[in-house]
Amino acid sequence: MNPLAIVPLFLASIGRSTLGLLGVIGRLAIFTAETLSHVLRPPFYPVELGHQLLRIGYFSLPVVGMTTLFTGAALALQIYAGGARFSAETVVPSIVAIGIVRELGPVLGGLMVAGRVSSSIAAELGTMRVTEQIDALTTLSTNPFKYLIVPRVVAATLALPVLVAIGDIIGVLGGYLVGIGRLGFDPGAYIKNTLDFLEPADVTSGLVKAAVFGFLLALMGCYHGYNSGRGARGVGQATTNAVVSASILILAANYLLTEAFF
Amino acid sequence: MAPTPKIAIEDVWKAFGDKTVLAGVSLSVAPGRSLVIIGGSGTGKSVTLKCILGIERADRGSIRIDGTELERIDRRAFLRHFGMLFQGGALFDSLPVWHNVAFRLRHGRQPMSRRDARDLAIEKLRRVGLGPETADLYPAELSGGMQKRVGLARAIATDPEVIFFDEPTSGLDPIMAGVINELIRELVTEMGATAITITHDMTTVHSVADEVAMLHGGVIRWQGPVAGMEASGDPYLDQFIHGRAEGPIAAVR
Repeated sequence: MNPLAIVPLFLASIGRSTLGLLGVIGRLAIFTAETLSHVLRPPFYPVELGHQLLRIGYFSLPVVGMTTLFTGAALALQIYAGGARFSAETVVPSIVAIGIVRELGPVLGGLMVAGRVSSSIAAELGTMRVTEQIDALTTLSTNPFKYLIVPRVVAATLALPVLVAIGDIIGVLGGYLVGIGRLGFDPGAYIKNTLDFLEPADVTSGLVKAAVFGFLLALMGCYHGYNSGRGARGVGQATTNAVVSASILILAANYLLTEAFF
Repeated sequence: MAPTPKIAIEDVWKAFGDKTVLAGVSLSVAPGRSLVIIGGSGTGKSVTLKCILGIERADRGSIRIDGTELERIDRRAFLRHFGMLFQGGALFDSLPVWHNVAFRLRHGRQPMSRRDARDLAIEKLRRVGLGPETADLYPAELSGGMQKRVGLARAIATDPEVIFFDEPTSGLDPIMAGVINELIRELVTEMGATAITITHDMTTVHSVADEVAMLHGGVIRWQGPVAGMEASGDPYLDQFIHGRAEGPIAAVR
């Protein structure tokens, strides 16, 4: 085969991929716009919102708490080991606090909740799509966006900052426990060092990130579940796509927000 | 002069990608009549219903409700007087049976109180042969036949003017299928509703149809009164209603 004959095929495959990507971006933009357009327009479903707050917020607390606890503990050890190279072991409390609150709390919390919640939303809505429950909602004069999508997206956007705030406290506590028990810090000095160097902007930037991550992870779960393919394979694919896309978007948004808050 | 059809479809086309499913479907159903659409699997029966409901948008053609084009009707108002029994029931598995039945009443513009909605749901469940003990069960705890009955109770919860039945007897044993067919006939007659049923099941056709339309190759091959099917002279309809392997309809599609 003439090697030059491969060039048009190669270009065609790039073209197809580009068009496919633009198509996905367009569909996602329309889905997002439709979701946002329903957020402030009645009817509202407060009971559904309450269920989702409980499910996304309260039941994610153990996952976020355990993640930040161990991350805070490991971070204290790592910073101590690194700081010892230039006699800066005393920075452990402040770096643990800043690292958890500004970066690791929201990012790891967001990723863990994405794994737990995006997949669950995608599987649930995907199953509802496959079993015609979403069509049934329409025939019962109920807009699926208002009843299914908006409560999940709003609940995740509201719940994530609260989860991350609690996770931040637990993460700092993890560093404190290791600092006191393993690295020989004085308890009072550790707490003072933590509070002295932590600024309100550190906390608020982390919480803003958390709200954005909550919106993104719920949106991805809803988008992929709502547009799920047929059968068990379609639902499985939707679930995988939801977690992967939510995780990538969280990491990309984290960089952009960090640039903005820098 | 003939009354304005409750639902009239004219030259409706619908394709998914390069696969044309409906290629100029035309049919109509008069108020208070029961039309059954028959046809093989994948011939576009469900797509036709979804186009009428606006769940799928027809590529071209005209769909009129009470003489008004679908785009011009108040869709919410139409759906308020509409009920549908889905093939798999499509019950909301996170809600108990009574809430499924009373869903529209609890989530409408003027939501009914929980107690009143539950009482009404129990009355509708009784109408389809289910006792009040089923009201607090979840759909997953019901047999296939019971799920169909709950779906039927949900479809008639607001005494609709128009009801669609999508494969109402699929997956049921012959006795339960007979019970569901009888219920559909009774309910449609009792409420004076306009009904469209899609099915492969000839027992259902004979039980619930005033008129029959056969969909094949993206078009209505034949439409007429149920009594006229045997003498239709249409080879496609003839093969279908007698279940013959030989004939113009290929066995493998």
